[in-house]
Amino acid sequence: MEKVTQFTGTGMPLKISNVDTDQIIPAVFLKRITKTGFEDGLFANWRQNPDFVLNNPSYQGAEVLVAGSDFGTGSSREHAVWALRDYGFKAVFSSKFADIFLGNSGKQGLIAGVITDADTETLWEHIEANPAAKITVDLPSQEIRVNDVVIRFEIDEYTKWRLTEGLDDIGITLQSEDAIAAYEARRESWKPKTLPAKGV
Amino acid sequence: MSSKPLTLAEKLWRDHLVLKGENGAPDLLYIDLHLIHEVTSPQAFDGLRLAGRDVRRRDLTIATEDHNTPTQDIHLPIVDPTSRAQVQALRDNTREFDIRIHSLGDKNQGIVHVVGPQLGLTMPGLTVVCGDSHTSTHGAFGALAMGIGTSEVEHVLATQTLPLQPFKTMAINVEGTLRKGVSAKDIILSVISKISTGGGQGYVLEYRGSAIRSLSMEGRMTICNMSIEAGARAGIIAPDQVTFDYLQDKPHAPQGADWDQALKDWSELTTDPDAVFDAEVFIDADTLDPFVTWGTNPGQGVSLMDSIPDPDSFDDPSQKAAAIKALAYMDLKAGTKMKDIAVDTVFLGSCTNARIEDLRAAADIIRGQVMAPGIRMMVVPGSQKVRLQAEEEGLDKVFVDFGADWRFAGCSMCLGMNPDQLAPGERAASTSNRNFEGRQGKGARTHLVSPMVAAATAIRGTLSSPADLEQ
Repeated sequence: MEKVTQFTGTGMPLKISNVDTDQIIPAVFLKRITKTGFEDGLFANWRQNPDFVLNNPSYQGAEVLVAGSDFGTGSSREHAVWALRDYGFKAVFSSKFADIFLGNSGKQGLIAGVITDADTETLWEHIEANPAAKITVDLPSQEIRVNDVVIRFEIDEYTKWRLTEGLDDIGITLQSEDAIAAYEARRESWKPKTLPAKGV
Repeated sequence: MSSKPLTLAEKLWRDHLVLKGENGAPDLLYIDLHLIHEVTSPQAFDGLRLAGRDVRRRDLTIATEDHNTPTQDIHLPIVDPTSRAQVQALRDNTREFDIRIHSLGDKNQGIVHVVGPQLGLTMPGLTVVCGDSHTSTHGAFGALAMGIGTSEVEHVLATQTLPLQPFKTMAINVEGTLRKGVSAKDIILSVISKISTGGGQGYVLEYRGSAIRSLSMEGRMTICNMSIEAGARAGIIAPDQVTFDYLQDKPHAPQGADWDQALKDWSELTTDPDAVFDAEVFIDADTLDPFVTWGTNPGQGVSLMDSIPDPDSFDDPSQKAAAIKALAYMDLKAGTKMKDIAVDTVFLGSCTNARIEDLRAAADIIRGQVMAPGIRMMVVPGSQKVRLQAEEEGLDKVFVDFGADWRFAGCSMCLGMNPDQLAPGERAASTSNRNFEGRQGKGARTHLVSPMVAAATAIRGTLSSPADLEQ
């Protein structure tokens, strides 16, 4: 995974709360078996409304999405993160994320930062006042900088470390092979095995 | 032993700890059972291939096909080429990595969360994961069961472990006796409405109390299934005699000395009397009515006896905005009585409510009755095995005589991914779990209901409780 540290881009205000992953990418777009190419599915149903923010030319090329609270609820589909990433977003901010979405973001180098509701409003004001405003997202210092304003975002320390170092979770875990093997040696014998198959 | 009293979820966490995380790193937990389906696994297998990794424990892994599969003409190739390719990818991947799979046509094919329990693979004391948020279903057995993303699927395939951050615990106390016509679905819909779709975020919910204890395993699965709709990491119910009786004759239940040892271990899977939950919620089962949703998230629900709330009645501005948006999408007006809402379609199915007891409950209500004019009803068993059992009991005949469509197993109309979808603007009473915009098809409108309410609604044409039929 590529290291994620700091970038500067423009923002997009998504002034909707409770954005579930069925809205971020409807199920019909989940059928691809590759890991890229999901940008067309991003907010596909809402995009059919010409007034939807993704269709506003002022926000084209935005890399920072600022959304209402409870973002990414519902289905566990990691495709929601892939769609945001493939569309070009590098960071999403909200006052509250669903747990699975948060976990999925961290695996894909998408910064999902938690900010207060007041800071959400502040960012929306700055972006709407000037859609071309440059927003700097600095992961090591956990700061969002726009115009003269500095906003702190929360992200768990471990995810931050992994993102800034560009580390692969599986690689990290495999370093603990001995501990995994030791655990397996003491697992209870009544625990089920799928093989050999029974009940077929 | 003078250790700190623990909740059930905390005990399961402790028992699966491979490594304790240090300096903010997550704990590494062992995974006892990994369920796989076609939608969230292809990229995970690709990742394994790219890294030259193998599946660590194919004997703790099992796959089935459910999301994309059609529920009729299953002997024919899947029509939609992208759905067909995704199912084929699962077949190819499970063959390459030598993983057990139950494909379309197999009696153990069906919704992944119905298949695990019916095979007896889901049991108390396990960690269970699947690339599907409704994995919380398996918590009904006293297992720690969580939905995961595709990267985590790959992680579990490669290592049989997951790095996880600790959770908080919430007790959902449901005391009392459910009235006739009220079921597990109504309990969970009322819980979600009470704590909201974000209320469970970061928590494992433990359902407790006399009303929970008196539920069957299938009712308990319905409750745990929708924990995710409250935003929770997982839902859990302590195992008891009901759990053990359910498991005893299942194909993969422990045998002989293993069964005795399992019973001993399982009987310790309870929350210690002095353990403290981070939060508690109380629900009175005695006064609970059938519960239904009016909006576009599962927290937007009311008693079937009530009317659609006025958006102005919400103090929270974002809740108010969400209500206004939901009513516009649903084409409904505040103040309308829930029972005055007419539907076009009734869907009985999904991992929430497509087990044999759900089908029996609905069949008991419609037996000998006539469907309301203009209604379409689809009945989709949760697995092929449920379908076969229902046919043995003659339930299929009850549904067909009533005019309902009797289908093969799959996720079906719960999500707009296979041929079973609502048309734009169509309104459904659905026993599934999500009423999101477009969930059951683009522009489709969903009211989440219990199987009994679904059946009564099919008879009357408007959202109805079984009690309405007696008047």
